[in-house]
Amino acid sequence: MAQAQQKTDRQADDATVVSMTGVNKWFGQFHVLRDINLTVQKGERIVICGPSGSGKSTLIRCLNRLERHQDGEIRVHGIELNNDVKNIEEIRREVGMVFQHFNLFPHLSILENCMLAPVWVRKMPKAEAEEIAMHFLDRVKIPEQAHKYPGQLSGGQQQRVAIARALCMQPQLMLFDEPTSALDPEMIKEVLDTMVELAESGMTMLCVTHEMGFARKVANRVIFMDEGQIVEQNEPEAFFNNPQSDRTKLFLSQILGH
Amino acid sequence: MAKETQRQSKVGMPVAFVRREEAPLLPPPPSQAGLIGWLYKNIFASMSDFGSIGAAVKSVLMAGLTVILLYFLATQFYGLLDFALFSAVWSDPDGVKREACWTVEQGGALPAGWHAACWPYIAAKAKFIFYGAYPEDQLWRVNFAYVVGAVMLVWVMIERLPYRKPVGLLLLTAYPVLATVLLTGGGFGLSATTVGIYTILGLAAITFGRLGKLGRITGPLADLAQIAGVAGWVLIFLAAILVLVGVDFNLPAVDTRDWGGLLITLVVAITGIVASLPLGIVLALGRRSEMPVARFLSTVFIEFWRGVPLITVLFMASVMLPLFMPEGVNFDMLLRALIGVTLFSAAYMAEVVRGGLQAIDKGQYEGADAVGLSYWQSMRLVILPQALTHVIPGIVNTFIGLFKDTALVSIVGIFDLLGAAQSTLADPAWSTPVQGITGYLVVGMLFFIFCFGMSRYSMYMERKLSRGHKR
Repeated sequence: MAQAQQKTDRQADDATVVSMTGVNKWFGQFHVLRDINLTVQKGERIVICGPSGSGKSTLIRCLNRLERHQDGEIRVHGIELNNDVKNIEEIRREVGMVFQHFNLFPHLSILENCMLAPVWVRKMPKAEAEEIAMHFLDRVKIPEQAHKYPGQLSGGQQQRVAIARALCMQPQLMLFDEPTSALDPEMIKEVLDTMVELAESGMTMLCVTHEMGFARKVANRVIFMDEGQIVEQNEPEAFFNNPQSDRTKLFLSQILGH
Repeated sequence: MAKETQRQSKVGMPVAFVRREEAPLLPPPPSQAGLIGWLYKNIFASMSDFGSIGAAVKSVLMAGLTVILLYFLATQFYGLLDFALFSAVWSDPDGVKREACWTVEQGGALPAGWHAACWPYIAAKAKFIFYGAYPEDQLWRVNFAYVVGAVMLVWVMIERLPYRKPVGLLLLTAYPVLATVLLTGGGFGLSATTVGIYTILGLAAITFGRLGKLGRITGPLADLAQIAGVAGWVLIFLAAILVLVGVDFNLPAVDTRDWGGLLITLVVAITGIVASLPLGIVLALGRRSEMPVARFLSTVFIEFWRGVPLITVLFMASVMLPLFMPEGVNFDMLLRALIGVTLFSAAYMAEVVRGGLQAIDKGQYEGADAVGLSYWQSMRLVILPQALTHVIPGIVNTFIGLFKDTALVSIVGIFDLLGAAQSTLADPAWSTPVQGITGYLVVGMLFFIFCFGMSRYSMYMERKLSRGHKR
């Protein structure tokens, strides 16, 4: 425990949050991730886009071991992701994730959803966890829903709760896996606003999304993936105005064309 | 598009429309609300459509069928009430036993053709039906155990009462010990060495676990230390139980062979129910585990116990098991039956719980993983609460099945409720034509009360737990 603490402290001043070197992954015969090399610095906001099935979700899901890679090295805060459960649990404590389908716990109230991990994983006293939960619910602008259950909230509200739940662990890195894809058009904006606000607060973010407006507005870097590879990455202005690869051009023309 | 506009304008309907005033909110028609609504929806909906000849014929047929069924139900129900209450013999003031329930044809005083319950027989046999051969002057021990258990159970079930958690914990830990001591008399005279070994092992394991927690033990042994920490407390707990059941409380010992009737049924059913649920949960998790060994062992266990009839299990326990035991080692027969029944229903329970686990969306597992919960935490806090809620009907189904299956222990010579009642039928002092029916009526009623109670409580739990988070 003490050792682990030291390790985290040592990494805290290191600016590299994620490093992926030569990562490969297969689903059975299917090669989903091919030679992925990616470094994320503290405070960076990266948008990953690409056609469906290109491996972008799989990539970020590898970063907290929801999927395991078969080859290459992944380090998060300097801790290597391997079969050691201790490492995995340590990394998951520092990495928040927001899912396409929210994945809130339906049997717990909004407040309990937010307090669960701080209380059980961080061993925080209940009163403190509640204070933190209310702080973040306030930040995503739904403190008044704290005692309702997820099923009573709209999709947009649920997704904002999911963001608050992840933030309650006070993570160093936030992963977003298509956070607006399951939402009605009129609710997308409220979630994006929350994400923009989060980005402005300096959070390190990795977002898989099709919201190109969001990418232009907050991203430092846009990564385009196709067929399991990183095809192109660049600053948003250059990426959108002057794409280099044909595949990127085709993709952009398809999603921006209408 | 052009065609559409043309068609509309031909009919003369304006295409543009703007609502200027709010449509009023009206109360529902009487067929939707209140008593009339209820009656309409539940009784008259199928018989009040006279819109066409076909519908009218159907309505009339339905009404006729309803009347016939109501008549049938009423006569049957009246027959039952008449048998059990109105025409029944309630007392035997002259102490003539069976003759109190004899008709004139049989040599008694009741009118010819009389056929109803003979309650004095039940009154005379009540002690045996409820307690078996348990010594009369020791019955207070059974009753005391009943009262304590019932009070604690009700306490846990009523939501408004304080300290429900500690009471529940006591009910699951201290109460079984208390009940065992009360019912058997305790004083098993277990050797001090056994207790000593348990205590020493337990303390050693706890120390090992603490060292692991403090980070003194690393590497592969660290996981072992974590398990040892828990196992140590279990050992200490077992040692405490051994001490308690070993202490001589000066209660006369009552051999389990003298237990019987409802007492046996409750002991077997409650032990089975309480032990099979956690065991079933562990087996279900094991069968879905990613560890091949755990999965294999759980699967083999479940398939084995599910593939064997309970009667075979009980026969094995009573006849075969002693043959495998070394000379002089003798398990209590009731204990053997208890273990058999528990393992048997645990296998069924495991499959019910597995069904619930299967129904949980993959996103819930991922959500729990992503916030950093460990496997056991995510199971306990996220997955199982939802999975078990989904399968409450199945769990209670297994409980009720188990409760009624306890009647099978009578084939290995343990007199459960049914067995005890049946054995009273052999008493010639109460031999009458209605004796059997009265006895079985009582047994049936008692079984029904317990099973129906479980069923109602489970429905209450379902409603309560589904509140708020319906999807």
